Amino acid sequence: MWAWLLHRTTGLGILLFLLLHIFDIFLVAFGPEVFNALLFIYRAWWARVLEVFLLFGVLFHALNGLRLIIQDFWPALWRYERQMILAETIVFVPLFLWGTYVFLKPLFGE
Amino acid sequence: MMRDGAIRAFEGRRGRPPSGNFELYSWFFMRLSGVVLLGLAVFHLFWMHMVIGVENIDFAVVVERWKNPLWRLYDLFLLAFALAHGMNGLRIVVDDYVHGPGWAAAVKSVLFVIFVAFLGMGAYIIFTFPLTAAGAALR
Repeated sequence: MWAWLLHRTTGLGILLFLLLHIFDIFLVAFGPEVFNALLFIYRAWWARVLEVFLLFGVLFHALNGLRLIIQDFWPALWRYERQMILAETIVFVPLFLWGTYVFLKPLFGE
Repeated sequence: MMRDGAIRAFEGRRGRPPSGNFELYSWFFMRLSGVVLLGLAVFHLFWMHMVIGVENIDFAVVVERWKNPLWRLYDLFLLAFALAHGMNGLRIVVDDYVHGPGWAAAVKSVLFVIFVAFLGMGAYIIFTFPLTAAGAALR
């Protein structure tokens, strides 16, 4: 249940970011001044923290989606959903921690 | 073979019952684009944070990147798959929460307009940059 709920909320969150991202890249059509002027948003520390949320969303949605695909094409595995989610979590946690470290590193001037 | 497997999996899945071929293709597209995006989107995140560094991105980086037509192709695929996957996902969510047939049709029409508009915006900039006045001025 929580996997279903997280899949849905992360999907909506990623879509929201995608629309913003298409719009900000579209701004290059108006030249360097306009585009660079808006980049302060992506330079802000809180944007970096939001990007960790994006990383969480993309990683979870990707791994959970992969689990659903595997179970859909191999229905016997639906009985072992609990174990599948456990395996997914074991893959997710180190990737997310490593990614968070990489994302936040520039905040500490490295 | 592949299609038979997809239909069997589709009918055996939990959730709403299938209604016509469109939902079957939609279901299959979500799996297909999901696997594609697992590569495209995750690599995009990795590349932008590990190789380029988000704090370094500015107009010049975009110019440099799009000098290579292969990056434009990559970005075009990412745009099309991600937007179609996301908007179709949202359409399925709307089915779950908007019950009046009139309302559902209205909301989905709005989603379709948003989909076309953003696909157009993204594709426009990928194809025309730096042929636009702004891009040309930089050269």
